[in-house]
Amino acid sequence: MMGGRVTAQHPDKSGTADPPHDGPLLRVEGLVVDLPRPDGAAGDTVRVVDGVSFDVPAGTTVGLIGESGSGKTMTALSVIGLLPDHATTGGELVWRGKNLLRPDTDWRRVRGHQISMIFQDPLAALNPSITIGRQVGEILRRAGRPRAEVRHAVIDLLDRAGVPDPERRMNSYPHEFSGGLRQRAMIALALAGSPSLLLADEPTTALDVTVQARILRLLRSIQREQGLAMLLVTHDLRVVAHVADEVVVMYAGRVAERGPAGAVLRRPAHPYTRALAASVPAVRTKTALADPLPGSPATPANRPSGCAFHPRCPLARDRCKAEVPQAREVAPGRWSACHFAEEVFTP
Amino acid sequence: MVVRRLLIGVFVMWGAASVIFVIVRAAPGDPAAVFLGPDATKEQIARLTATLGLDKPLFEQYVRYLGDVLRLDFGESYRLGRPAMEAVFERLPATVDLTLTATAIAVVAGLALGLVAGSRPGGAVDRVVSAATIALQSFPTFWVGIMLVLTFALGLRLLPSAGVGTPAHLVLPAVTLAFPFTAIVARLTRSSVTESMREPYVQTARSKGLSERQVLLGHALRNSLIPVVTIVGLQMGALMGGAVIVENVFAWPGLGSLVVDAVANRDYAVVQAVTLLIAGIVMVLNIVADVLYIRLDPRIRTEARS
Ligand SMILES: Nc1ncnc2c1ncn2[C@@H]1O[C@H](COP(=O)(O)OP(=O)(O)OP(=O)(O)O)[C@@H](O)[C@H]1O
Ligand code: SF4
Ligand SMILES: [Mg+2]
Repeated sequence: MMGGRVTAQHPDKSGTADPPHDGPLLRVEGLVVDLPRPDGAAGDTVRVVDGVSFDVPAGTTVGLIGESGSGKTMTALSVIGLLPDHATTGGELVWRGKNLLRPDTDWRRVRGHQISMIFQDPLAALNPSITIGRQVGEILRRAGRPRAEVRHAVIDLLDRAGVPDPERRMNSYPHEFSGGLRQRAMIALALAGSPSLLLADEPTTALDVTVQARILRLLRSIQREQGLAMLLVTHDLRVVAHVADEVVVMYAGRVAERGPAGAVLRRPAHPYTRALAASVPAVRTKTALADPLPGSPATPANRPSGCAFHPRCPLARDRCKAEVPQAREVAPGRWSACHFAEEVFTP
Repeated sequence: MVVRRLLIGVFVMWGAASVIFVIVRAAPGDPAAVFLGPDATKEQIARLTATLGLDKPLFEQYVRYLGDVLRLDFGESYRLGRPAMEAVFERLPATVDLTLTATAIAVVAGLALGLVAGSRPGGAVDRVVSAATIALQSFPTFWVGIMLVLTFALGLRLLPSAGVGTPAHLVLPAVTLAFPFTAIVARLTRSSVTESMREPYVQTARSKGLSERQVLLGHALRNSLIPVVTIVGLQMGALMGGAVIVENVFAWPGLGSLVVDAVANRDYAVVQAVTLLIAGIVMVLNIVADVLYIRLDPRIRTEARS
């Protein structure tokens, strides 16, 4: 396997070879992201990510789930330093023991080589006027690797991502690929720099239903084979159930609940997770009938006071409107940001 | 694809030739009378009219004219006393020098300004460039030419004010001609680059660890160039129009000064030769722009092949 050899020869082109560090590969600690309000005056900002904490241990897949606008994409983008212009951040992103949010972070060494990202729409995410092969191999070429070696690596990467006949297809342009093939090319591109964390923002949402499962299986197998860590952003509970080891449930820019994926989905410790799970048929029960989530999601722009979920929560009472619930460890490894988690959760 | 465009081109040329034929004959004034001056007798005028074939029925003139056009033979220029095409080809190189130099200046300066402005939309450079391009486009060409002459030729005495001979003579006319063109290229490049820099593939490029410069030059510029190439091709035609004014301001011995003189004297042969030649050049430029466009955009390239 060429890719394996690539990693061995160039353990870390950045020269920042990991100093031994304890703890997870990535620790997100009280992450805050403020964005300027689109129509607001200067200085008027919205806190789209509000004190998010979770860990991504090496070699595991963490699912990041929540309704539209809950801040999943912003959380993922901050990990690779690609937030929109004028975004400001707070908290810590501890990557291999070093805080990435410090101003002296050399993002160019982190991006692609240590952390890489695949995006929702592979057609838009690929450059229309550059061949697939060149785009996949660019990071290696820019690292000064000889042409023949880059070519071999590209063929191997495309092959492992399941692009058939890679030697020929590497000369194609993105528009000549089907949706599924484009996402496979995008995966090859993201793996080219031998990263140890892959951020995947809704990697299957833009694809045909029949292709979605195949791409997910591919991601899962690549992640396992290479011992990659993966942060998988999705709004689909079924994806999390199939692929993730850990899950982080977000609501209106905050973490509602986190813990081992299977346990969280089977026995939620937060009313929001419970409602989310009940809204999807096949996850908890075999019944075809699902209860849709009542009400509409809170947005960070007008987040309700106290617990942001309280207008939709069947358990809400006065305390919920007044006091923001802090995440508590309600059972080993199970964290819930609900004042009354014990009423939901049965250990 | 290219063949089809060439066929269309032939039709366009036929149309252009016919329009020129009509316009030249519809214009007031009898060329024979104008040429011979106020003292000419009726007989003299009639004789010259016959020599020029102007007494024949219009349709016969038209058919003969089309035949001449095919052979690139526009007859004698009655003023210059020699074949019109010969005079035109003699003046052509000077105009080509002028327009090519102006194009080179406009493309280089316009791309550079547009790139810098577009890479940071709303930034200081962007605002200066935007204001400057609006100014560049709104000044009339002859005024710009005169201002440049006053400053660089008469004031600073750095460059010759008119005439030909040395490369220095080319500077002022070429810059004058390039002014509005630079503005067009800069504005288009700017908006095109700004748009490209918002595309998701730019995020992908950044996610590979590329510098902003590498993202701009390696990913955004390529796609931004596609519309710019088309406009450069189309605008070079308009540039030949601008050349007429510039050549007259700077006494530049090209087609522009030739055609102004010919129009003033109803020198049909020369007017027709120059106009058709310019129409032909514009047509070829458009085809070249189309072909380049196809080459640059792989999506259109695929369509073109199938
Ligand atoms: N460029 C931007 N400027 C200002 N606000 C933005 C911008 N992009 C997103 N937002 C806001 O930030 C909040 C979080 O957005 P984010 O994209 O992280 O949500 P998400 O959970 O990924 O949702 P989705 O499932 O729709 O992708 C939303 O309320 C959104 O309106
Ligand atoms: S804190 Fe209150 S409103 Fe929020 S989820 Fe828990 S019970 Fe519901
Ligand atoms: Mg999103």
